[in-house]
Amino acid sequence: MPVIEIAGKQISVNEEGFLTKYDEWDEEIAKVLAAQIEVEMTEAHWNIIKFLRADFKTQGETATARRVQTVGGVPVKEQFVLFPKKPAKKMAYIAGLPKPKGCV
Amino acid sequence: MTITSPAIAPNFGPVDTDRKLAVICSKGNLDMAYPGLILANAALGEGIETLIFFTFWGFDMITKSRMNNLQFSPAGNTSLHLPGGDRRLPQAIAPGMTAMATKMLKKKIADLDVPEIPEFLDQIVAAGGHLWGCRMSADMNKLTMKELRDDVEGIISASDFIEMTDGAQLLFI
Repeated sequence: MPVIEIAGKQISVNEEGFLTKYDEWDEEIAKVLAAQIEVEMTEAHWNIIKFLRADFKTQGETATARRVQTVGGVPVKEQFVLFPKKPAKKMAYIAGLPKPKGCV
Repeated sequence: MTITSPAIAPNFGPVDTDRKLAVICSKGNLDMAYPGLILANAALGEGIETLIFFTFWGFDMITKSRMNNLQFSPAGNTSLHLPGGDRRLPQAIAPGMTAMATKMLKKKIADLDVPEIPEFLDQIVAAGGHLWGCRMSADMNKLTMKELRDDVEGIISASDFIEMTDGAQLLFI
């Protein structure tokens, strides 16, 4: 697995660029990741990212868009506004988590 | 903060893709209602414009009086196995088999946190999906827009649907 430098830190990523180590993530890194995929972070964005981080810790897998709605409380429609086109994958990338596995 | 561009970043594709998916849902059995919606929902999550056409028995999925009561029958389905094994379920030997099978399937689907059909369509519309009803199915069942989900965009002919899905990839289910 490649190791790259983000915000002055050495970070392990997979071949697509998703972080592979939960504990290597921090908010400074998230800002760089978001900028990289042209997402401008607002409080609404951070709320989702924080939910994903916390949910992953207890569930061991990345929440799907549906779970971000039903458990995280952010409607799917809003997710598409905040992270256009591919919300589930973009949210996971910025949160330093693997892509969600679930189909729905 | 020093912004250092990651040397490797995912390619989420162009902001505007012209990829388009058309799904034709023609079945009203509970088990056959899901595949089209799961694929449509997945396509929307990839930023693909998605249109769904409900025709024949698939019309039940958008008909208010029927959409909450789709059923699953083991009859004629030789792939139906008992949970946790390779034993086959007896085929419709007793009254109440359909109700029992429907209940079982609904539970299995709910366990995966997959919504029931009406709620699934809510999510698909929220994600930007478009729902269309088939003119011939509406006429056969004597149904109008009033009897359909409010977010169905219209009742249209097969040729209208073919015209509006010009260039789309198409799934018939």
